[in-house]
Amino acid sequence: MRKVTSGIMTALVALLSFTAVLALVLILGDLIAKGASSLDWNFFVKNPVPAGESGGGVANAIVGTGIVVGIAGLIGLPIGIGAGLYLAEYGSGRLGFAVRFIADVMNGTPSIVIGIFAWTWMVKPVGGFSALAGSIALAILMIPMIARTTEEMVRLVPHSLREAALALGYPRWRTSLRVVARTALGGIVTGCLVGVARVAGETAPLLFTALGNLNFSTDLTHPMQTLSLQVYVYATGPFEEWHRLAWAAALVLMGLVLILSLAARWVTRQRYGRVR
Amino acid sequence: MTTLPIEPIPPPPETLAPRPEARWESLRGVNASDRVYQGVLTVLALALPFLMIVLLTQLFISALPAIKRFGLSFLWTSTWDPVAEVYGAAPMIFGTLASSFIALLIAVPLALGVAIFLTEFAPRWLRQPVAFLVELLAAIPSVVYGLWGIFVLIPFLRTYVVPPLKAVLGWTPFFQGVFYGNSLLAGGIILAIMIVPYIAAVSREVLLAVPSSQREAALGMGATRWEAVWTAVLPYGRAGLIGAIILGLGRSLGETMAVTMVIGNRHDIGLSALQPAYTMAAAIANEFSEATTTLYLSALFEVGFILFVITVLVNAAARLLIWRVARGTAVGSKAL
Repeated sequence: MRKVTSGIMTALVALLSFTAVLALVLILGDLIAKGASSLDWNFFVKNPVPAGESGGGVANAIVGTGIVVGIAGLIGLPIGIGAGLYLAEYGSGRLGFAVRFIADVMNGTPSIVIGIFAWTWMVKPVGGFSALAGSIALAILMIPMIARTTEEMVRLVPHSLREAALALGYPRWRTSLRVVARTALGGIVTGCLVGVARVAGETAPLLFTALGNLNFSTDLTHPMQTLSLQVYVYATGPFEEWHRLAWAAALVLMGLVLILSLAARWVTRQRYGRVR
Repeated sequence: MTTLPIEPIPPPPETLAPRPEARWESLRGVNASDRVYQGVLTVLALALPFLMIVLLTQLFISALPAIKRFGLSFLWTSTWDPVAEVYGAAPMIFGTLASSFIALLIAVPLALGVAIFLTEFAPRWLRQPVAFLVELLAAIPSVVYGLWGIFVLIPFLRTYVVPPLKAVLGWTPFFQGVFYGNSLLAGGIILAIMIVPYIAAVSREVLLAVPSSQREAALGMGATRWEAVWTAVLPYGRAGLIGAIILGLGRSLGETMAVTMVIGNRHDIGLSALQPAYTMAAAIANEFSEATTTLYLSALFEVGFILFVITVLVNAAARLLIWRVARGTAVGSKAL
């Protein structure tokens, strides 16, 4: 009887795991099934056409995503990596504990709240929506994530490496940067890629900052379209044609995020072999 | 006859190894450039507490007109009337809690099942791929979940799930009314799928941190493998598992896009899961750009402020619980 119970429960947890994987397969499968047929050359190089007309693409959204996320990375990554290095190198005290805790708590902050915060500081005073405000919102989202992964990766570096460098007469800052951070570089890059992938799919912080734009724009001080905003507008709109484009844009967005995530995994493999 | 010397059982290894940087900080030979380096890093690290404080105060300041006008009654007033300028957040607070409750109801068994399967039962070759696939769920953008919810999940619910549900449980207050699609139920299910990877990843790390001596002791006393898990492993990791679940709750409370797209966005408090509802995050997403008056805008900021404070408290509680089990490590970071 007890053996049977054990067997049943084993089967049950296996089934639950299968269900979770099935959800992923279903979602990705639907994305491909409904999105792939709309992907052609025009989709990538054309801008949206007015509602009601067929055709058109998302070139402006693809470029916009690249710009908004790129600027967010330029702002967020250095701060995040620096904070992570601090936590790993000097973070054993009270301040370190506080920063670590706040980073963990901020990792779960609703992104819409960051969005209205960025609106208050970047849109309202200027009087207009801008891609830059969107980038800053995304950067704020990114910083705690990057800080924590950087810290973890730097902590993996054996202490003997530090001692060796110090024994050779390296000052501590050079030891930290040239030896410790260098050794952990693969891990840090992984963390950055994962962080960028996460914010690339964010929509809520951009609603009231980057806003979206039907035209092609590379002007940071004006509204800009991103793939995530485009999916939102098309999915909730009334037109069949829009729904078709929404699936295609979602597929492109998902592909982008997946490539970044897989690249992150690949970098980790390169450095540490088959880990975990 | 000489008795064999009983070997003293070595104390369990400290979960918190002596921190290497403790020694690193005590090393001598700090020079000027080192001070600069430390200073720069400290400033960058201070950006985090700074951001947190600025966020909180700014949201509070922006919410002040509404707080002054409505006071605490904002929390239990259920009128939301931009024309009459009367605002109460009760329906959204209710919707946020209700949708997260449904999400936890579905996600907790799923995620714990995944974590238990992966740490205790799965063959070794299967663990890595399954863990990776489940964590990929966290990589899917929220807006893509919303799209899938509108065009796949809701039609599926309408055809295959709701009719039998109503047939069996239609007499309860939870499944009353006509199902139009956008509903608390759809929102809850989407949220459940979204938080499974977080709860699963953290629970898995918590279970991995349970010393194998716990399992061995139970198995040694004749327990079956499931009994070992149920009586030894799960109780040992309980605090961490609860932390993982609360972390998932924090995620679902603040989730915006997917919920906005499927929950129906109606200012109503109803017990039926088949009816449209509203969440705090969805209200901000929907109405922020329409808010023309200062008071309207301020009411939305107050919603944001409440949401922020709730998620901060929930996350803080989760972290403290998780740290008790797996100390110092950023559990869950792998699920990002």
